[in-house]
Amino acid sequence: MTDISQIKDRFENALLAMNRVESRRILLGNSTHIDPVQLIEGVIVPVMEQIGQGWHQGSVALSQVYMGGRICEELVDSLLPPKSEQRKDRLRMAIAVLEDHHVLGKRVVYSTVRASGYELLDFGHGIHADELASRVLQDGIEVLLISTLMLPSALKVKDLRQKLDAAGAKVHIIVGGAPFIFDPQLSTDVGADAMGCNASDAIHLIRSYEEAHS
Amino acid sequence: MKPAAMTSLQRVLTSLGHQEPDRVPLFLLLTMHGARELGISIQEYFSKAENVVEGQMRMRAKFGQDCIYTFFYAPLEVEAWGAEVLYVEDGPPNSAQPFLRTESQIIRLEAPCIQDTVCLHKVLSAIQMLKARVTDQAPIIGVVMSPFSLPVMQMGFDKYLELIYEKPDLFWHLMQVNQEFCVAWANAQLAAGATAICYFDPVSSTTILPREKYLETGFKVARETIARIQGPTATHLASGRALPLLDDLAQTGTAIVGVSALEDLGQLKAVAGDKLTLLGNLNGIEMRHWTQEQAAAIVKESIRKAGRGGGFILADNHGEIPWQVSEETLLAISEAVRTYGNYPLDWIEDER
Repeated sequence: MTDISQIKDRFENALLAMNRVESRRILLGNSTHIDPVQLIEGVIVPVMEQIGQGWHQGSVALSQVYMGGRICEELVDSLLPPKSEQRKDRLRMAIAVLEDHHVLGKRVVYSTVRASGYELLDFGHGIHADELASRVLQDGIEVLLISTLMLPSALKVKDLRQKLDAAGAKVHIIVGGAPFIFDPQLSTDVGADAMGCNASDAIHLIRSYEEAHS
Repeated sequence: MKPAAMTSLQRVLTSLGHQEPDRVPLFLLLTMHGARELGISIQEYFSKAENVVEGQMRMRAKFGQDCIYTFFYAPLEVEAWGAEVLYVEDGPPNSAQPFLRTESQIIRLEAPCIQDTVCLHKVLSAIQMLKARVTDQAPIIGVVMSPFSLPVMQMGFDKYLELIYEKPDLFWHLMQVNQEFCVAWANAQLAAGATAICYFDPVSSTTILPREKYLETGFKVARETIARIQGPTATHLASGRALPLLDDLAQTGTAIVGVSALEDLGQLKAVAGDKLTLLGNLNGIEMRHWTQEQAAAIVKESIRKAGRGGGFILADNHGEIPWQVSEETLLAISEAVRTYGNYPLDWIEDER
């Protein structure tokens, strides 16, 4: 039987090379004798975490995180189809790009979160604080992931927080993106509950929230 | 003996020659703050060349920076290609939806004519007026988006990465169209009076692409493009990491590289040697809550790490200081350069 750590190493190398065919072969080739959930939890999630940390430390490029995330998302959809009961969709979760139209960060996080077996709503980009607050209330969102690239957009998280607080909604806001990376104090300033430096941080933060509220 | 006071242009040129001028040059890369100086909105400010000329002159008089910066806003170039620009009250104008959505649009793409495009013409007018006012006292820094990084605004970052990796023929076609525009736009600014061109190229950073892919793509584009720009260039990675690329960047023919606050200036200086001048790396996002004491301490530390021997211009790390940074902080930075940046930097040894 193939050792899961060997699969991980080969899978990580294939992902960093952005080799979709090889990544698929390594993972799906083992899906007949390893449980799909075990492949996701034991291979895809840790490898994506490793790649995300590599980006934060400067050894991996964003293009590798993005393209790797897309490959993983496709693989997870093969292993666990979107309607699968094993998907973790009990948590009402959504993602959006506040104010601006830079969607790459959102797509990276969206793919990574889905590749970890979670389902989440995509509220799109260029959305203003008023509209986002309405969507969050309407859909009963518990965890909201917000991606920003521009500082003025990041500062608008404060408006969103105030609107949600005024409506009495207890929404867990997780922020990410360049302004928060360059200024770790910013997430506190705008009233976010947590900040992720990369997509794999988002997974940890979602899990922490789940554990604290289970 | 203390060197005689120099003009800003002399100071910058001396540092570029990896010699020590009278003090460390300071580039406060201010754009929107000019609107605050004039008491008008950011949108109104950028609507007329005369506003930007007046704003730049007032800011240089107030903060004493060693350059004039004729960068209006990042989406100016895609505006020239017909895209929409979104204005906000408290930040830089932003690009709206990408305008290249299909492969056939890329195939049919034609670059705009510079002289016939109102937004570009406005920038050229500003450069001409500024040149008449500053003469050779200070360098005028014009700006282009690199052909390699412009597609982020033309087609969206995600779609562009997919193009780079999955459709190389189409990618190179887009590079050809963008390159012709970039060269013409850079040379028009130089002809109008710009001293040098800042070549913004964040996609080339190892934050975005692995070095191997950069060497196949952005490096080749930069080397060809910069060779055709008829003046000196500074490559700016807009907060992206540069350390693993310094030797490659030097080979593109650029003289200066804008470096990130995520990297250590001392390490960057050691690798850059006399091949490149470093521009950076004050953290513009954090700058909005610096105290005057913090500003002074950070400027001092930057000079300690990179000031020796010239080859260093103090600036922010992104190429644009956020609107939220206060005048008091900018003045504190300016004052700190004049306190700690006077050559020779004997205080570094004295403090050891």
